[in-house]
Amino acid sequence: MNLIQQMPAILIGMPLIAAFLTPIIDRVNKKIRNGFVIVVLILEEIFMITLAWHVFTNGIAIYTMGASNPSIVPLQAAVPIRIVLEIDGMSAFMGLISATVCLAAGIYSISFIKEGNGKGKYYTLLLIMLVGMLGMEFTGDLFNLFVFLEILSITSCALIAYRNWYGDAVEGAFKYMVVSNIAALFVLFAIGLLYSRYDLLNIAAISKIMEYGSLEKIALVLLVSAFAMKCGAVPMHFWAPDSYTVAPAPITAILVSASQASLYALFRTCFSLYGNLMDYHSIGIVLILFGLLSMFIGVTMALPQKDIKRLMAYHAVSQTGYMLLGVGVGLYLLGSSNFNTYGVKAMEGGIFHIINHAMYKGLLFLTAGAIFYRLKTRNLNEMGGLAHTMKFTSIFFIIGALAIAGIPPFNGFASKLLIYEACYKVNPILSIIAMLVSILTLASFVKVFHSAFMGPKLHDVEEAPKSLLIGMGILTFVIILFGLFPGWVVNNIVHPAVTALANRIDYINAVMGG
Amino acid sequence: MSEEKNNGRMSIIVRTIASSVFPFIVIFSFYIIMHGHLTPGGGFQGGSVAASAIVMLIAAYGYRKVDERVKENSLACIESIGAIIFVAVAFVGLFMAASFMYNFLVGSPFFGEIPHGGNTGILNSGGILPILNIAVGLKVMAGLSAVVAVMALSAGEKK
Repeated sequence: MNLIQQMPAILIGMPLIAAFLTPIIDRVNKKIRNGFVIVVLILEEIFMITLAWHVFTNGIAIYTMGASNPSIVPLQAAVPIRIVLEIDGMSAFMGLISATVCLAAGIYSISFIKEGNGKGKYYTLLLIMLVGMLGMEFTGDLFNLFVFLEILSITSCALIAYRNWYGDAVEGAFKYMVVSNIAALFVLFAIGLLYSRYDLLNIAAISKIMEYGSLEKIALVLLVSAFAMKCGAVPMHFWAPDSYTVAPAPITAILVSASQASLYALFRTCFSLYGNLMDYHSIGIVLILFGLLSMFIGVTMALPQKDIKRLMAYHAVSQTGYMLLGVGVGLYLLGSSNFNTYGVKAMEGGIFHIINHAMYKGLLFLTAGAIFYRLKTRNLNEMGGLAHTMKFTSIFFIIGALAIAGIPPFNGFASKLLIYEACYKVNPILSIIAMLVSILTLASFVKVFHSAFMGPKLHDVEEAPKSLLIGMGILTFVIILFGLFPGWVVNNIVHPAVTALANRIDYINAVMGG
Repeated sequence: MSEEKNNGRMSIIVRTIASSVFPFIVIFSFYIIMHGHLTPGGGFQGGSVAASAIVMLIAAYGYRKVDERVKENSLACIESIGAIIFVAVAFVGLFMAASFMYNFLVGSPFFGEIPHGGNTGILNSGGILPILNIAVGLKVMAGLSAVVAVMALSAGEKK
């Protein structure tokens, strides 16, 4: 048995079986359960790195469920039989993000989530959330994408409402549930339209024979609006601040990368399903507009917030704008001669920003969680002087805040610089708005740092427990590593993802053959 | 309001009929699960029928009486076991044979017979599908019963 060949199924199947073993181990011993979950998450990270390395060096990996040789898709009259997982550079890139964030959040949860509130089920849901994200990122099948989207939505919703003794947690979860159900129905309707037209569900197979008519236009609008809704782009962002604020901090960190799984689905729809068949010029402009609106409205809404997690949630909306801007510029230029010069650079910036954002925004939410763990408040006005005792937490916060504001030598600077440069070539106004938003971001985080950490010692608190520090440390390590070697990361991790997105023909041929 | 006087129970007529119908409903659910790969229905549908039998008992005898026999914790445990069987069968296909969910039982004496043409009644066919149906049936039965039990409990608390 070739382990690398089986890796995609193991990556999705292992957390699934571990998720259902957790409540049973929970009855035996709580410590063994914690160890078991952490071991599964570490294995997941190792396997993900192995698979990603394999994909970056050898090209697209195909896995056919239940076939006698999973690497070959059984075709019958140009119809691929069975569910196919298709892992190209972009999928592997997103998988790395999900696995890393889940590892950090899982370790963080050991001390953060108290025993006695159904912690066994908390870990079950956390692992199924990881399954949902990886499934969305790996699948090559539209209906399968919908199923994993639903798995992700339901588990996220349950975990947002985990602290159901607070009223606002239930409210946030309800809003999330309504929005994700509407988005899921949009997706299902769009899949139904495409299925009725082509009798196919495989993305590559539909893409190969698609003709861009009015039915396909309706499906495209439904898919783009649904995934933009799920990734929290303005004007469909209203659920994000509410549900990010009330979820437990490790879940908020995972929710950020869950939104990015929807962002991935959006890019996959635009580039691989439709690609240069559709009017990529106008869809590119739509994405750029989403991006500009998200960036500006997100950051201006963040400035007056007093609740630390709500402020960060609005920043998450604003940072999503950068990714949409970068990739939107790439889509706008698709097919033109400029694509290979600054179009690719813009996409590299946007996609590099995805992993950077998952790391530093995850870290910032985790530091906010550490403050909440000690002070039991999220209100900035009730904090102050925390740097006296919570030394590591404040260092982690400084690193996260500098990274999100785009200050060198941290990773946010590298991706933002790529976006500024490439967007300037298209229209200087795009870059100017992006820089302005970056300055406002810095201003708002200076405010948070000052009111939470500086000043005289007001609270007699201790440093956060070890598991919280380890969870935050993992993300900080990645941030510093990416900040110090951005060139290596862009060439070896980001560039394969961009080429995978841009080369629609390769994506089709991997399933349908030459 | 005889219902409240009798501690949530319904009248003796309803209870007697519920008791005598209960085994038939459970057998019917087993029938649906076991014929899942041949006829309409399957694990989910059969599991829901079995859960509806438990709902009937809760309605007829009141939540407390049923709770003495069917514990919510053991239902949660059965639910996990059903899901574990499902994924484990898929993994056996991966480690013992070719790929995830590979139908490795085809050709073996256990569920392995694949008859040619139409198949209306040979239960011993379908490979791993009957096992997956049983796993789903277990999970759905336990899961839906637990949901109803929790709802009945919270309704009882409000009184």
